[in-house]
Amino acid sequence: MKVTQGTFSFLPDLTDEEIRKQVEFCLNNGWPINVEFTDDPHPRNSYWEMWDFPMFDLKDAAAVMLEINACRQAHPNHYIKVNGYNVTKGRETVALSFIVNRPKHEPGFRLVRQEVHGRTINYTVQSYATDKPEGERYADE
Amino acid sequence: MRTSNVMERPNVDSGLEPDLPTEIEETSVDIAAALRDSNIQEVLDELDRELVGLKPVKTRIREIASLLLVERLRKEMSLTTEPPTLHMSFTGRPGTGKTTVALRMAKILHHLGYVRRGHLVVATRDDLVGQYIGHTAPKTKEIVKKAMGGVLFIDEAYYLYRPENERDYGQEAIEMLLQVMENQRDDLVVILAGYKERMDTFFQSNLGFRSRIAHHINFPDYTLEELMAIAELMVGQQMYTFDEDSRQAFAEYLELRIKQPHFANARSVRNAIDRIKLRQANRLIRQGGSITKGELARIDEADIRLSRVFQGGLDREPENSADEG
Repeated sequence: MKVTQGTFSFLPDLTDEEIRKQVEFCLNNGWPINVEFTDDPHPRNSYWEMWDFPMFDLKDAAAVMLEINACRQAHPNHYIKVNGYNVTKGRETVALSFIVNRPKHEPGFRLVRQEVHGRTINYTVQSYATDKPEGERYADE
Repeated sequence: MRTSNVMERPNVDSGLEPDLPTEIEETSVDIAAALRDSNIQEVLDELDRELVGLKPVKTRIREIASLLLVERLRKEMSLTTEPPTLHMSFTGRPGTGKTTVALRMAKILHHLGYVRRGHLVVATRDDLVGQYIGHTAPKTKEIVKKAMGGVLFIDEAYYLYRPENERDYGQEAIEMLLQVMENQRDDLVVILAGYKERMDTFFQSNLGFRSRIAHHINFPDYTLEELMAIAELMVGQQMYTFDEDSRQAFAEYLELRIKQPHFANARSVRNAIDRIKLRQANRLIRQGGSITKGELARIDEADIRLSRVFQGGLDREPENSADEG
């Protein structure tokens, strides 16, 4: 099951050239960029690990591609995303965020039903990957 | 991945068909048109116009620009595979225009499509070398990343190498730079700058740099006439004028100043003009009354003659006494 989080996630995975162009778009808008990774794909997990430092004052996408590739090398089976942060006063928020790397096999989510008072049922989703402890997920694929 | 980048780099500004057939040896290309389309002539003319003297430098820049243009045409004709090495070393005394030329070089490289953005990032040892273990690599990497798509200008590059301290972190920065100069050749161009003699020793002890640098350009000192021309240019740009006497006085000033220590060519001229402006303002205020527009612009002989250079040099008196005269 393909995790669909962030921009472009319903499209086929972006090629490196397409990623470079998106990054260039961010830089042309003056947005600083950072790279984040995680092995917990839950949609409510908004706190991913940051790769290296946020990148300010860059002029060219090659520098970001360098970091993306370094992160891919270190975490080939993690989700990696690129965030472009709009610093304009009054906006000050992530303006573009898209996944650039995902595990080869994504097992998806199980639906958990919890019976509570009366006959009420609470529903939630749980990622199969998170059954294993952090760092060991997606390892044997 | 690198080669694919090269191939995909847009050549829209060349005005040529991107996929010229290779098998036809008679395929022709209009050099003049390529030159015109790349707009480098404009940059080169600007270089000629705005920089006084520097004949050997200008010749070398012209040569390099032609080489790169031809190289690009060759690539369009599928005649070459390896991208040319573009890293350079600018040597020369302070104030001979190294940074200014580097700025122009970045523009030229951008017009020719060898760097994607064409900006210049100036760095010195302080920007590259850290203060404790593990501090150097991220610092150097950050600067390198900022310079990507443009030119990284490392001023006084020899300070990176401190042979007297074998645990100096400069070595780490040097190794990272060498790696970048080799692996990221498409992404940035490195220009090392500094005094000629010290750069020579630096290259001798860091052979990796020497072999990765294609163009060594030496910036000669300015002659007296050239310095005078620079002064006229600067004075003119700031809307001041020399009269006959003050021009003569300034020439004499330069003649003396060159012989004194810490002479930094064009930079010294600029500083001298700044101090002359100060004295002129001082004189006008003291003079009082009403003054004409011409008076406001004119530099008087006395404004120059009051300099301590005429009284035996910079070392003779403390910093600010020159203006009191």
